[in-house]
Amino acid sequence: MTNDSDLFADAARQVLADQCTPQVVRAIEAGDSCSAQSLWEQLEAAGLTDALVPESEGGSQLGLGQVFGVLEQCGAHALPLLLGETMIAHAALPPSMRPSGAMALARGQREADGTVRCALVRSAKVAEHVLVQADDTMWLLLPIAAAQSSDHALALDATLVWPAAQVTAAAQLSMESGVDLWTLQACVVAAQMAGALGTVLACTLQYANDRKQFGRPIGKFQAIQHQLAVMSEHVCAARMAAQLGCSGAGAVPDRLRVATAKARCSQAALVVSEMAHAVHGAIGFTEEFDLQLYTRRLHAWRQTAGSEAYWHDVAGQALIAQEGGSLDVIRRITDVAI
Amino acid sequence: MSSLNSLTLALTRIPDEDEALRTEVRSFLQDAIRDMPAHVRARSWGGYDTAFSRKLGEKGWIGLTLPREYGGAGRSAFARYVLVEEFLNTGAPVGSHWIADRQSAPLILKYGTEEQKRFHVPRICRGESFFCIGMSEPNSGSDLASVRTRAEPNEHGWLLNGQKIWTTNAHHCQYMIALVRTSGTSEDRHKGLSQVIVDLSLPGVTVRPIEDLSGDRHFCEVFFEDVQLGHDALIGNEGQGWEQVTAELAFERSGPERLFSSIVLFDQWLDYVRLPGNATPSSTRLAGKVLTQLAPLRAMSVSVQERLMQGGSPIVEAALVKELGTTLEQSIPADIAQDLFSRQDDDVPVELLMTLKYVTEASPSFSLRGGTREILRGMIARGLGLR
Repeated sequence: MTNDSDLFADAARQVLADQCTPQVVRAIEAGDSCSAQSLWEQLEAAGLTDALVPESEGGSQLGLGQVFGVLEQCGAHALPLLLGETMIAHAALPPSMRPSGAMALARGQREADGTVRCALVRSAKVAEHVLVQADDTMWLLLPIAAAQSSDHALALDATLVWPAAQVTAAAQLSMESGVDLWTLQACVVAAQMAGALGTVLACTLQYANDRKQFGRPIGKFQAIQHQLAVMSEHVCAARMAAQLGCSGAGAVPDRLRVATAKARCSQAALVVSEMAHAVHGAIGFTEEFDLQLYTRRLHAWRQTAGSEAYWHDVAGQALIAQEGGSLDVIRRITDVAI
Repeated sequence: MSSLNSLTLALTRIPDEDEALRTEVRSFLQDAIRDMPAHVRARSWGGYDTAFSRKLGEKGWIGLTLPREYGGAGRSAFARYVLVEEFLNTGAPVGSHWIADRQSAPLILKYGTEEQKRFHVPRICRGESFFCIGMSEPNSGSDLASVRTRAEPNEHGWLLNGQKIWTTNAHHCQYMIALVRTSGTSEDRHKGLSQVIVDLSLPGVTVRPIEDLSGDRHFCEVFFEDVQLGHDALIGNEGQGWEQVTAELAFERSGPERLFSSIVLFDQWLDYVRLPGNATPSSTRLAGKVLTQLAPLRAMSVSVQERLMQGGSPIVEAALVKELGTTLEQSIPADIAQDLFSRQDDDVPVELLMTLKYVTEASPSFSLRGGTREILRGMIARGLGLR
């Protein structure tokens, strides 16, 4: 099992290191659809989009615990495409409904006139379809080309509205009650955050060793050393939390573990970004220097599928609903089947 | 990137056979400390109760991991992890035997002579013999290598002179394992240091408890004036004291005692929040904030335990756990006070507030004992290749 997951993570690392360079990330974020398309084809060719799909349906039949390493690599390379979301969506959809191309995940509102509105679709501009959760059990597969799209705060995001006719024609998916779209999305986003956090730490360490002031590398100063130590603590804890969120042999994550993962990674994102910029000084604040690709992304991911406060509320409700000591709830989160 | 390996801890599951111990321990503790109020339980491994330690000795729960031939139970380190986790979460008063169980007996087994093992370890396992650790001195705190207490070799063994301070429970213990200088001067730093077992009943030993800010008396100053130790007082090799001491540290820093120092308070506060009408939006959020930090920390601590069991020396990983863990432990009383005193109703149970008072007052020590925050950050920075 470990070997399988290592193999997939290595495959992802190779593709991403070659194809998802900082230049490509910048191009895609600037709207270069050719770059997006060609990178996506590489990821599909590596078999990554169907990693969670059963073997009988042509997939690799991995569990979430085995794709953690792939998702971590996506974050480590600031992949601006929806590989994790597509993996999750493919696993949720029956083979007949599984479209080609990248898939976004979003919550939608079904209006009285029959239209469906998704106020915020993350990375809509690099996706072809959206898996929309309209209410507890109603999920729709909607093509982006058929939606009325308006720009959002981040360049690749959009607000999408589908006319009633499109909604009627859309494939409906019956999902188990209680499955929540944000739980699915936060699971993969947290794993990617863990990867990006690792890259930010590695960049900052490198910079602290290279940059000289007062005649020595700034990493020799205790103030800088302590900032890097604190960063590494958060990176380590966030990665552990992300592994808990993205664990198990199945493709549906546990909500309380995801709450832990997304809350902890979002908490770390703030601290680690802030300290990374503090150590880098003005150069880290430039477009030209790559640090921003990861720190901006960490902020965007913190704001995706629930901030830490959202998941604190979820976790807090679960804890208060139990009786007795908190250790048993802690163990429910940490004691995963391996 | 190899310096970052310490940060990639694997998910680890405590084996079922070790996990099985939990039910028995829990039911024993429910019975044994049923009448102990929460503000007393909150002291946990600071709590001192020799009768309780003897009871645990009878159960075979001291020296759980030590070989049977020396009075131990021959169980795995994960079994001890489960045991200790239950002690801490219940707030069992395990302070009397804590150091001997965690550090002294394993140290004696690792470095001691056969006579030392046969003499000390079975007594420790029975809960009869308690140990303290003599590290800090008035002029040697974080800079431990500068210790000046000397053991000079003479015809009878070693003649001990000097002073230790902040020695936890020295006034209740029969023995101290002290880090002392056996050759050279403090200029020689790590060289010339050795560990000796000091029988605290010997002539020339004076122990004075120091009252802490909450009124408790747990740490002490200990004076040695021409204390004659036998040849057999030396533990391990002469001059190897520094290496022996540093090898202990990973065991000391990554355990559940670095996560759960405020857990009795947290659980008691949760019980209050669970009462009808008491769960406000901000208290629910706080409960989740603590849970989502404690769970990953516990997973990290279990993972470091696995690295220790595989014979690794995860010193940096252990420092990470301790630094994060104690930071969270310290935030809990502050956040709970914020919650309780943001309410209109000031009819909070007095017992909860007594526990809050104790943990608030004790919390500065969480990031002092076992290596200060600043020392740990320095160690992590060294692990990252910065020093």
